[in-house]
Amino acid sequence: MRAWLKTPSRTAISLFKIALFLLCLIPLTSMAWRFYTDSLGANPIEAITHGTGDWALRLLLASLTITPLRQVAGLPWLMRLRRMLGLYAFFYALLHFTTYLWLDQFFDWAGIAHDILKRPFITVGFAAFVLLVPLAATSFNAAIRALGGRKWQALHRSVYAIGILSVVHYWWLVKRDITQPAIYAFVLIVLLGARAWQREKERRRQLRATPLRRVIPINLQVK
Amino acid sequence: MLIRRPADLAPSEITPQEIYHQRRNFIRHAGSLALLGSATLTSGSALAAALNGIAPNKIPIEDKPTPRKDVISYNNYYEFGVEKEDPAHYAGTLKTRPWTVVVEGLCNKPRSFSIEELLKLAPLEERLYRMRCVEGWSMVIPWEGFPLSALLRAVQPQGSAKYVAFSTLADSKMMPGIKYPILQWPYTEGLRMDEAMHPLAILAVGLYGEELLPQNGAPIRLVVPWKYGFKSAKSIVRIRLQEAMPATAWAVANPKEYGFYSNVNPEVDHPRWSQATERRIGEFSKRKTLMFNGYADQVASLYTGMDLKKNF
Repeated sequence: MRAWLKTPSRTAISLFKIALFLLCLIPLTSMAWRFYTDSLGANPIEAITHGTGDWALRLLLASLTITPLRQVAGLPWLMRLRRMLGLYAFFYALLHFTTYLWLDQFFDWAGIAHDILKRPFITVGFAAFVLLVPLAATSFNAAIRALGGRKWQALHRSVYAIGILSVVHYWWLVKRDITQPAIYAFVLIVLLGARAWQREKERRRQLRATPLRRVIPINLQVK
Repeated sequence: MLIRRPADLAPSEITPQEIYHQRRNFIRHAGSLALLGSATLTSGSALAAALNGIAPNKIPIEDKPTPRKDVISYNNYYEFGVEKEDPAHYAGTLKTRPWTVVVEGLCNKPRSFSIEELLKLAPLEERLYRMRCVEGWSMVIPWEGFPLSALLRAVQPQGSAKYVAFSTLADSKMMPGIKYPILQWPYTEGLRMDEAMHPLAILAVGLYGEELLPQNGAPIRLVVPWKYGFKSAKSIVRIRLQEAMPATAWAVANPKEYGFYSNVNPEVDHPRWSQATERRIGEFSKRKTLMFNGYADQVASLYTGMDLKKNF
């Protein structure tokens, strides 16, 4: 059982991916079904706006969970699920943005431009979405090869900023009770904190591995 | 404006037919339930009798009423939780009998009124009012109630009374939301004396021909249709006439975003969102928000010469 979990076969990974693909579709099908059966409550457009936004943020945080989880649990294959989670986060963000453009603003471009410029919570939400576009656009293997691993990774580090902007977007829109955005903020802090901690650990390990360098000033090390 | 209604508008066009039938059923039900002998239901039937006497023709607007199911399931009532569906889920615990409303402060005859006394204070009237929430959505609600001025006159306000403060029940046993310091409890609201005496300002006891449900502010609530919804305090237990402007719940919580007046005004945006348009519950497209929620003809004179951007 444990070995199976540590190094699953190609087939097992494929099955995991299919399962995850279907799992991530559940919020959308559920919303579509409730829209169709008129059970989204009194304000269905608000329910769709909030639902798509919630799932964009949840899936973004889920994609950010992969790296620390695979390190802590020692399950390197989890990495193979990350792209799908990231793309689904983008998919729900796109639905969220489309809902705003269409159902909320009815393509009133002047009103939309005004919102983006004048309403801070829209500004940060829009910025998060814009930053997410190039990440989605470079998520396939050919793009990674074309950019080169290093550049690709540097580009995709903007996901940290996107995470922060998304939580701020949520935080600034709530009227009074900040419990929900605070929960997302906490999760994001843990996920980013785990990375900082991992980095620090790695730095120390490298320092230990090369004891001589310890006496060499840092600025020389750069070369 | 208030009493007049286009002659060609049949009552059946205003209140959906099934609601009319429900209303009759409600009255029958209230009667039969009263046989069980509980005090609550007995007074319920007293209300039913009172509601039965209303001619449903005092309708000032032609907007289509929002379906009852939406009016009773999509509410802001933070004492029962901050989600829109929370009040409908949790407000069932609210005991609305016995109920007293204390009216005190700068008046010659301060006293407390039982809910039964309030129901008999003035003839109940049906008022179909627009309700515009500060969040940007709106409804059209058929209330039953009586003018707030009737109650205030009964206690004989003194000349020094400039404002009226309203307090909502704050009972942590019946109201789970009281545990969280989201707003200052008890919820307080206020009106200037002339606003409170305005004939459009009512105390509502019924909705869609039935006794008010807890999520809508049972057993008695304020309805001030030209102001954002949060001004219309629910489940009122205390009314105080005073000289100083009352510190109202939302203005205390966030003075930059919510003012004392909070009149519906499409030209004065909430700092974080536009108030120019609104989503009428049940409609697909947004509609333009009207000055004073469409009651400018009746109430604009209350604010002559005031800078409404400053006094938001």
